[in-house]
Amino acid sequence: MLPWLTALMLALLAYGLYGGLVLAPADYQQGDSFRIIYVHVPAAWMSMFIYMMMAVSGAIGLIWHIKLAEIVSICSAPIGASFTLLALITGSLWGKPMWGTWWVWDARLTSELILLFLYLGVIGLYNAIEDKRTASRSVAILALVGVVNIPIIHYSVEWWSSLHQGPTVTKFAKPSIHIDMLIPLLVMAVAFKVYYVIALLLRSRNELVQREQGGRWLDDILEEK
Amino acid sequence: MPVPHFYHWFLKHRMTTRPFFEARQLACIRDDRVLFSGLDIQVHGGQVLLIEGPNGSGKTSLLRILTGLRNPDEGELYWCGTAVLELAALFYQDVAYVGHMNGMKDDLSASENLKFTQSLATATLSIDEGLHKVGLDGYQDTPIRYLSAGQRRRLALARLLCTKKRLWILDEPFTSLDKASIMLFESYIEDHVATGGIAIMTSHHDTGLPDHIVQKIELRS
Amino acid sequence: MTTPSLFNAFLSVVRRDLILAYRHRAELINPLAFFVMVVTLFPLAVGADVELLRRIAPGVIWVAALLASLLSMDALFRSDFEDGSLELMVMTPHPLSILVLAKVTAHWLLSGMPLLLITPLLAAMFDLQADVIGVLLTTLVLGTPVLSLIGAIAVALTVGLRKGGVLLAILVLPLYVPVLIFASGAVDSATAGLPVSGQLYMMCAMLFLAITLTPWPTAAALRMSLS
Repeated sequence: MLPWLTALMLALLAYGLYGGLVLAPADYQQGDSFRIIYVHVPAAWMSMFIYMMMAVSGAIGLIWHIKLAEIVSICSAPIGASFTLLALITGSLWGKPMWGTWWVWDARLTSELILLFLYLGVIGLYNAIEDKRTASRSVAILALVGVVNIPIIHYSVEWWSSLHQGPTVTKFAKPSIHIDMLIPLLVMAVAFKVYYVIALLLRSRNELVQREQGGRWLDDILEEK
Repeated sequence: MPVPHFYHWFLKHRMTTRPFFEARQLACIRDDRVLFSGLDIQVHGGQVLLIEGPNGSGKTSLLRILTGLRNPDEGELYWCGTAVLELAALFYQDVAYVGHMNGMKDDLSASENLKFTQSLATATLSIDEGLHKVGLDGYQDTPIRYLSAGQRRRLALARLLCTKKRLWILDEPFTSLDKASIMLFESYIEDHVATGGIAIMTSHHDTGLPDHIVQKIELRS
Repeated sequence: MTTPSLFNAFLSVVRRDLILAYRHRAELINPLAFFVMVVTLFPLAVGADVELLRRIAPGVIWVAALLASLLSMDALFRSDFEDGSLELMVMTPHPLSILVLAKVTAHWLLSGMPLLLITPLLAAMFDLQADVIGVLLTTLVLGTPVLSLIGAIAVALTVGLRKGGVLLAILVLPLYVPVLIFASGAVDSATAGLPVSGQLYMMCAMLFLAITLTPWPTAAALRMSLS
């Protein structure tokens, strides 16, 4: 299944990038530099989506004691953290021509940064606990706590930024997006999702093999190959 | 939490029947090593279960599984015929545990420690009676950091005598006790099972408990 | 011969922790001294301009309170974990979440309350107005228990680890963000003479949410750390 998924992802990525970088018209306000949106926005979406995935599969693992769910949960964390980092970097690259500075304490960027901290906490906790089953269950609790907190953090940060910033930020509120711009964006989002699935499968496989060292079914499979 | 009618059924049930502790098909895996698997245990009121085995064979892990502190990798526990998972906190009305650590606060006095234990369980003896039974008369107000290791162990065991619990789970209860205290405690364990209680314990020493009440299982490494 | 009520169990846990802290009363002063020192460092770092200090005072005091709370948090379950009393607390017929709440209550009385008492003094050093000090205290009353409650989750997760300290900070600080924002926001508004009820209501809501929700994950995490 992996080769098919990889092919699908490459195709989507190619179309999305071509559509986004070449076909889509330049923004009348921001010129060509807006095109980074095709990486930035899907990455930001993915960062949230993966956190949700992590928490949901963590909860499934906690409640029904399903090992696979625990593995999916913990394997999602580094991928999610990378997407968050990507979103932050592209956001700041985008910010330089737009705002004239690398970093603005804008609500979305700030919540994204805090999301990155949450991811780091999850990864740190997992690596600190030696018994991997306990570790993944602890991580699941942490991820669930995080999920409850994310909306609170998000809205408080939004409220905070509206308090501290002048109206300069609001002009970046999304203008209704042109359909030619939208389609590549959605394609890119799907491509990123497929990438997530691929990375997740690979990581989970590694993790599973590592954990089940000595399990009999594993030896059987390896011998077949 | 269980629903009230279940609670009442359970209370009635536990008044009228002899206690009965059962573990089915327990397995424990630690650090990729199978310590034991397919382990079946049945203990009835009036019996002592002695768990034997060399170091590292999983005696402590087994005891911690039986207390519910640790989840078994496979298998289930039953108390008086009901799954322990279902009983949840109700199970702990009946269980007393003395582990490797005494679970006492060094800065509290002997009687303060016992009083705290009693405040979370059903009390039987008064504090003074309890201390008397373990030979710690006169230590009521001494912070236990000034007690010897053996005295502290006796205090930890006094918890068993001061609270009403039917299932005692004891991990090496006689560590650092002298001969006289060991004999004394074995007589208390005998009294406990004579009134229908259960004791599950590990011990390196040969016990002086009468054979007809002792059931043994052996863990291999 | 009935099992003591839940309320009595709660009280006896609180009482035990207070007695234990009293036996070590010299240590009680530490978080407080830390709090005062961090706050003192700011004027030394940014200069003694009264206008500037007045403007940053709420933020400074709140960040210091946050760090002080974090510092004392680590001890919440540590000694109980090490001497085995935590195991016994898990093995009582009472819901662990209530006992956890009792421990957090005792912890807050010992580490949060003293901050409240010393804050008016610090606020005066930053030349805050009396009504602003009032708002600052209100936010501390509402906010510091939330810090303790949220922190307890992370402490419970890391209590079994040898190198829990830094990790604890990484786990906890992102979760502290909303409290920090609303609390210092409220004080800012008060300084500007704006109404603050909105922020205070939000903080009340967070407090009640934290009291009702956080003991469960804390209890679950403790069980996990013990297994």
